[in-house]
Order: sequence, then C-alpha cells, then structure tokens
Amino acid sequence: MKVKVLAFGIARDIVGGSSAEIEVTDEANVDDLKEVLVAQYPRLKQLTSFMVAVNNEYAHGEDILQQHDEVAIIPPVSGG
Amino acid sequence: MIDLNVTEEPLDISSCIDWVMTPESGGIDVFIGTVRNATKGKQVLRLEFEAYQQMALSEMRKIAEQAMDKWPVHKLAIHHRTGTLQVGEVPVVIAVSAAHRAAAFEACRYTIDTLKQTVPIWKKEFFEDGEVWVAAHP
Repeated sequence: MKVKVLAFGIARDIVGGSSAEIEVTDEANVDDLKEVLVAQYPRLKQLTSFMVAVNNEYAHGEDILQQHDEVAIIPPVSGG
Repeated sequence: MIDLNVTEEPLDISSCIDWVMTPESGGIDVFIGTVRNATKGKQVLRLEFEAYQQMALSEMRKIAEQAMDKWPVHKLAIHHRTGTLQVGEVPVVIAVSAAHRAAAFEACRYTIDTLKQTVPIWKKEFFEDGEVWVAAHP
C-alpha cells in the first residue's frame, strides 16, 4: 500500500518536499516504514534520531500502519 | 484551565499573564523565551520556527495536563510562535498561576523543559555563512 508521509524541519529538506508517497507492504508497521524511508532517503540515517508520528501521536515500532493514517517524520525537535 | 496557541503572530505576553490570573492565585510564574544573538560564539542573524501544528497542540496539552496533575496549579498558558523571528523577539511564553509560588515555579520549569523535548516544533538558525536546523545532527 502507499502511505502519505509528512515531513518537517530537516526531514522536509531531505525528502525534498512537505510530504512523500511511500510504498510499504500491507500490514507494515512503523519500523518497516522507517526501514523503507532510510533506504530511500539515506541522509535520514545521519540525524541524531528520528521518530514517526501516526495520527498526531508518537508511534511505537510495532504499531501497524493503515492506509489513511496521517503519518509524519519527526526529526529531533528544537522548539522553545 | 489550559490555554494553548501556536501562531505566526507576535506573542502577547501580558495577555498570557492576564489570562492565568485568578483571585485564588498567590503568584504567577512566567517563562519568556527570547531569540539570542549568538550560538556557540557564532553570530545568529535570525531564527525560523516550523511546527506540526495539530500534533504540537496535542503534545502541549499533554504537558499542561501533566503539570496540573503534578502540582496544584490554577491556570497554565503555553503560547509558541512560528515563522521568522529576529534577535530579541519572543518564540515562547509560558505562564502559570498557583496559590503558592513553589508550585508555579516548578510547573513552569517542567513545562518549558518538557516542551523542548517532545513538542514537534523545529528551529533553524541563520548565520552570515549558512543555516542549520538545531539539534538535527549529533
């Protein structure tokens, strides 16, 4: 399935836009998505860390993705 | 009670203070973040803040609720600005009212410390010779 992934901060620079369509297997979990993202955008590996949010919540690696989830790459935050 | 805002407009510090003031409160603690003119000895020209708006508000709400669980706080306001900010401008205001000062101080510190760790907002520093997303790389 294709999942739309939002990208913020440095992740937007790396992905080359504010979102990207990423192909993952059906039943893919968050760790699977992160693996695909790193393969497609190797510069993500150079970040201090990056998290994935699903429907506005920080997601765990084993969380299963649904096609219409709002998914986002969350690079290290630096607000305040 | 909790008041949250993520906005491109300049923050209004006194309206945050007015909002948290209650007749039951014996004190108000306010944290005002300001744009510093240098980082690690290098001159900063300006900052740009970007937020994942909806999630930022939801994480800010969690922090405010946790602070109100931990300390007897009356009202808590968290306002964060986005967009381009010049040196001396204010990216964040946190105001907390409580019956006694200890609760207000501690809740305010907890709120800004946790916001910096969990709220999806990103800061880019602009220098004369380039720009960098803060904390992105080790």
